[in-house]
Amino acid sequence: MKFAVIVFPGSNCDRDMYHAVTSSLGEEADLVWYEEANLSGYDAILLPGGFSYGDYLRSGAIASTSHVVTEIKQKADMGIPVLGVCNGFQILLEAGLLPGAMLRNKQLKFMCHQEKLVVENNQTRFSSAYTTKEAISLPIAHGEGNYYCDEGELAELEANNQIVFRYANNPNGSVADIAGIINQQGNVLGMMPHPERATEAVLGSSDGLKLFKSVVNHWREAYVAGV
Amino acid sequence: MKTVKVYITLKQGVLDPQGKAVQESLNKLGFPEVHGARVGRFLELQVDEHADIDRQIKEMCAKLLANPVIEDYQYTIEEGVAQ
Repeated sequence: MKFAVIVFPGSNCDRDMYHAVTSSLGEEADLVWYEEANLSGYDAILLPGGFSYGDYLRSGAIASTSHVVTEIKQKADMGIPVLGVCNGFQILLEAGLLPGAMLRNKQLKFMCHQEKLVVENNQTRFSSAYTTKEAISLPIAHGEGNYYCDEGELAELEANNQIVFRYANNPNGSVADIAGIINQQGNVLGMMPHPERATEAVLGSSDGLKLFKSVVNHWREAYVAGV
Repeated sequence: MKTVKVYITLKQGVLDPQGKAVQESLNKLGFPEVHGARVGRFLELQVDEHADIDRQIKEMCAKLLANPVIEDYQYTIEEGVAQ
């Protein structure tokens, strides 16, 4: 399976993402500079964390207007899996690929620590290797991770089981303890915690690896004969 | 050339932790009369004269300058370029 890791000016988790895929997971990946918007030949697209365009205007706002995001929208429409982590999640929200928006953390602090999460929905291609309600620990590192959506949107997210991860101890004020959501089609996931920073025991947690394994398992079942 | 002043504010009902911190600081500085503060964003654009300038500005706000999920915007159009 071949992953594209999109690199924007200001991305800083791109190499972590690349390492998680190529070393921890053992699959292929390329770092793709955002201006080289040719995503054909990739089986999945990863939007890494960081501070694209210095978080100017709003986190992810400028990156969401780039040509590569238009191409990512087309790929998403075709069913290609897209994962956005941290700033990648913010870009997906700004691009309208996922509903809602990010506000500054409730305490106005940039927070960088391990956070306990609950897997709310393990019936997705990003979470099938987890058990439902599994308690996991992933690092967070953000100043604007306070997820917001209105009540109608929240009801829709709940009704469609689009909330994939919730915080066990909400660190940032997110609506309904939301840490990660998926689109209705089930192929675009955005999350603030960093699974790519938790793929080996030596990193403090390997709980993030199951997310990437879920993606690979789904792809093999769908596209590789005889598996 | 016109100068367009765009004011972007958080929607009513959206919590503004930054505004709350500003309000609390003002209270501590001896301004107990401040009971609320909302922090927004101000942009000044220099834009070519155009018959359709209103539509253009609204499109700019919708596409980039404001996030309609959490923000509202207002703008004024003034003659000339601000110094």
